[in-house]
Amino acid sequence: MMFKFSPITAAGAAALAVLALSVPASAQQRDPAYAAARASGQVGEKTDGYLGFPGTPSADVRRMADDINIKRRALYAQKAAEQHATVEDYAFTSGCRLIAQTVPGEKYQGPDGSWQIRTAAAPLRDSRCP
Amino acid sequence: MNRHELTNRARIAMLCTMQGNRTGKRRSGRLGKPALAVLVGGAVALSGCVSVNAPDKPIVIELNINIKQEVVYRLAKDAETTINENPGIF
Repeated sequence: MMFKFSPITAAGAAALAVLALSVPASAQQRDPAYAAARASGQVGEKTDGYLGFPGTPSADVRRMADDINIKRRALYAQKAAEQHATVEDYAFTSGCRLIAQTVPGEKYQGPDGSWQIRTAAAPLRDSRCP
Repeated sequence: MNRHELTNRARIAMLCTMQGNRTGKRRSGRLGKPALAVLVGGAVALSGCVSVNAPDKPIVIELNINIKQEVVYRLAKDAETTINENPGIF
């Protein structure tokens, strides 16, 4: 069966293309699957600046988090080079910030490595965090 | 002469407190008998309960803490900007 190229489809495709072009991949808002995994505690913020798994993740969640971690690492590496710092130090500093801005219900790693659920109170952070 | 004096001092240092007291000329001799008794008694009492155990875990001194903290403070502002500019992956 052949698709008829209707003006409406064309307009929709054009609008999507414009949307995709105007927003760079890295500046997009959180993917709904990522947002859901965060809210449900399937992924949490680690002290080293990357996402971790408080439990055993599904294959999809693992793939998604791995993908985000690869992108994070690339960004950390680029920014660390600009600041003449190591990737680990830059990632750790980002981890401090990322744990600080978790919202209640999300999970994060405490200074001792244990998984914590963020409450309304300030999160437990490494003493080296600013 | 000098050598003789040093030898003598060393010998005084090796004398027990009570013996030093008996000579009457040494500085340590100025301590009264009750004070000495308290000191000796205290030392005896303490020696009965003070025990020093070697730690079962190796002692780790983290010398890199201050250096890292300095770096973290320097990077904090830039890291915050990076996170805010890339909401998709943070």
